[in-house]
Amino acid sequence: MSPLDNTYEKQFKVIGTRPPRPDGIEKVTGKAQYGADLYVPDMLYAKILRSPHPHAKIISIDTSEAEKLDGVKAVITSKDFSKFSENKPSDTLVNCIAHEKALYDGHCVAAVAALSNTIAKSALKLINVEYEILPHVTDVDEAMKTDSPIVNKGYVLENVPKGFSENVTSYYEFGHGDLDNGFNNADLIVERTFKTEAAHQGYIEPHACLASMTPDGKADLWCCTQGHYNVRALCADIMGMESSQLRVTPSEIGGGFGGKTTIFIEPIALALSLKSGKPVKLVMTRDEVFKATGPTVSSSMDVKIGMTKDGIITAGEAHLRYQGGAFPNGTVEMGAQSAFAAYDLKAVRTKGWNVLTNRPKQAAYRAPGAPQAIYAVESVVDELCQKLNLDPLEIRIKNAAKKGTKSSYGPTFDDIGLIATLEAAQKHPHYLAPLAENQGRGLSCGFWFNFGGDTCVTLNVNFDGTIGVTEGNPDIGGSRASISQMAAEELGISYDKVRTIIADTNSLGHNEVTDGSRVTFAVGLATIKAARAAIKEMCKRASLIWGIDEDAVRWENGSAIPAGPNAGQFDPMSIEEIAALSSQTGGPIAGHHEVNAEGAGVSFGVHLADVEVDKETGSTKVIRYTVFQDAGKAIHPSYVEGQMQGGAVQGIGWALNEEYIYGKDGRLQNAGFLDYRIPVASDLPMIEPVILEIPNPGHPYGVRGVGETSIVPPLAAINNAVSRATNIRFSELPLSPPKVLSSLKKELKDG
Amino acid sequence: MSQVHIKTKINGDNIEFLCDPEETLLDILRDKLHLTGTKEGCGTGDCGACSITLDGKLVCSCLVLGAEADNSEISTIEGMSNGEKLHPLQQKFLDHAALQCGVCTPGILVAAKSLLEKNPDPTESEVRYWLAGNLCRCTGYDKIIKAVLDAAKEMRG
Repeated sequence: MSPLDNTYEKQFKVIGTRPPRPDGIEKVTGKAQYGADLYVPDMLYAKILRSPHPHAKIISIDTSEAEKLDGVKAVITSKDFSKFSENKPSDTLVNCIAHEKALYDGHCVAAVAALSNTIAKSALKLINVEYEILPHVTDVDEAMKTDSPIVNKGYVLENVPKGFSENVTSYYEFGHGDLDNGFNNADLIVERTFKTEAAHQGYIEPHACLASMTPDGKADLWCCTQGHYNVRALCADIMGMESSQLRVTPSEIGGGFGGKTTIFIEPIALALSLKSGKPVKLVMTRDEVFKATGPTVSSSMDVKIGMTKDGIITAGEAHLRYQGGAFPNGTVEMGAQSAFAAYDLKAVRTKGWNVLTNRPKQAAYRAPGAPQAIYAVESVVDELCQKLNLDPLEIRIKNAAKKGTKSSYGPTFDDIGLIATLEAAQKHPHYLAPLAENQGRGLSCGFWFNFGGDTCVTLNVNFDGTIGVTEGNPDIGGSRASISQMAAEELGISYDKVRTIIADTNSLGHNEVTDGSRVTFAVGLATIKAARAAIKEMCKRASLIWGIDEDAVRWENGSAIPAGPNAGQFDPMSIEEIAALSSQTGGPIAGHHEVNAEGAGVSFGVHLADVEVDKETGSTKVIRYTVFQDAGKAIHPSYVEGQMQGGAVQGIGWALNEEYIYGKDGRLQNAGFLDYRIPVASDLPMIEPVILEIPNPGHPYGVRGVGETSIVPPLAAINNAVSRATNIRFSELPLSPPKVLSSLKKELKDG
Repeated sequence: MSQVHIKTKINGDNIEFLCDPEETLLDILRDKLHLTGTKEGCGTGDCGACSITLDGKLVCSCLVLGAEADNSEISTIEGMSNGEKLHPLQQKFLDHAALQCGVCTPGILVAAKSLLEKNPDPTESEVRYWLAGNLCRCTGYDKIIKAVLDAAKEMRG
């Protein structure tokens, strides 16, 4: 048996079924409490004053008039944070509140807590900030030039090649093989430059928190977050607190997609609470969410790929330039690693540069860095197939990464499901369905690494034999149901005997953020191990009752039974019976497991998109869409499908409409859902999910994370479909109607 | 400016409140009455998370002033189930896994109920266009549309 004691070959009873989620009724009746839904006695309401300038030195901030306003209880600026720590303020703090300079349109400069929102809003108007306006830059290519305004000094790492401005802070390079030789062996080489704009995660719930801090340095913080342990670590550092003194309780979370993996407002609320001596609630407006929380990077990319006339890729090269706002980030590294991950290549090289601009600090968004890079690569692969008259699915199968492939970013792949996924797409009726005039079909592969990380789970066996699972990862898509299913499966009991809750930061050890598609994998793994620990203890208790050796008892179908005929003749003892007697056999029974989970298992997907382009308006309608993805093992298939469908639609939005639009003045022009248009129900067809199950050897049941890969393929799938429908190769996202229309007109004019 | 005294009927109960003239009905529902099932996603009428019915008409409560609600009848998500019994739409949303984070769910349920009262047998397109003012970022709408169509079928009997 393998070290993980994998059981993914066995017949499951609970895994793979679709039970109701434990938080369902609260959510359909409006009872569930999200970040902005908590009210406590004597609570104040806070509002933030934000810079209208993309880049400006803060000369002075006069808060005296605001402080005098009736009902105002506290006003803070960056100066209020200097007393908490003697260290240089962290990027996280400076992003939460501007110190010497405002670095982007919407950067927080001061905040007010008052008796009501109305008073707080009035007080903001009484704060007088004197700025010295500085030159700004918001475009990635412009920011790299040696004559660009410098956004933020002192961040350039040593390995960054010369010849750029100080805005280029880091450089990454991956690959293997002889590129020149590879390109020499190609029959056709396509080289193109691509651009993508920043997209926002677009969660419907704005950031919200409620903080209560006392002068002795204790605090309670309630907030919507993907990771309350990370909130605690970041806030404790900023506030000069010991971790044990800050309890963070996560509310229900109204979407995150990576955007709630860090903090934006929590230290502001804590500082206002300390200063006012009262609990403070701080809720962002939608305008603030767009301007001051993380969108994605925007990108400028060159991709060059060579192919033989029978479809073998001989070499691939990608140069990626990502800007992620005014502070450094490593997203371009993940882009450079993932660009060619779907291919088994002899010669591949990717390079990435991170660039600072006067935009908000980027935050993770589902598979951060991968959608842009893979969009560029998959668009070039499609163009090569079209020009060489080759079937794009066959060519991807021919060149696909598989077990044993040395990946473009270094490691050698273990069991992966890419070829099976591509073959499923090839066999699906969608692939050969006829297309009408002005319609096109595009496809793309997608990839994500998936992560594991620090995880703690406690599983309590209650006296009545039911189970309480305590875990530390906010549930963003039904994970409490999946965790309960895994506990029930392992214990051999029914799903409704288990209730899973998400604990505050004091109830468990550190848990990594809900990110990296890690929760069902890592929390699931820890839950299974915690259940096994509880089972071991229950077998021991049965052995005490029966008076036999501990090793002579085993667990089957929710009961302890003698391990074999030599162990003695005893009737099975159920979990209820063992639990009921636990007080007499040594005390309450629990299992727990703490791990830095490894073996997450990479994830691949393939999307097929059919579009129809209206040549009079340039508008693109998605008419059919199918998602094929390897889930390893789908614990709750409905929520796996939900991840596949939801990610696909986010990618469709990114491909067709969503973009950050900056004016020449460096201000964001479309900070609202009317002008930043995410897909609505009438834009879309049904999204058909096809789940593949190629077990991940790193998880006892074979689980792979499924949350992120699904946003990767739509960008190229839609781009390829529109390009084929119009016979014009597009290389800039989004494919918004004006952009498509102008290309159509140009094509008509050029004949 | 002094506060305005407003009398309403909310989910069948007589409710009175005082509001600032500039306060929205959404702010009143949430901050004064603590009916927090109605969510604020944008405050500008673009996302539909704050959908309620005002005298039977589907509205974004962020676009209605509290003072405008005088002598009106309001229905929110909190009034949708009947004691222990869920509305068929609520049950179908659970059966079809039509929610992930769930924050858009109250608004979508209120809007869908309003649709089915007017049109008990909508087509898929009619459901999609009716719900086009309710943003959901998690699901891609697929399971939501299926849940509404299934609830409509059950309600027709």
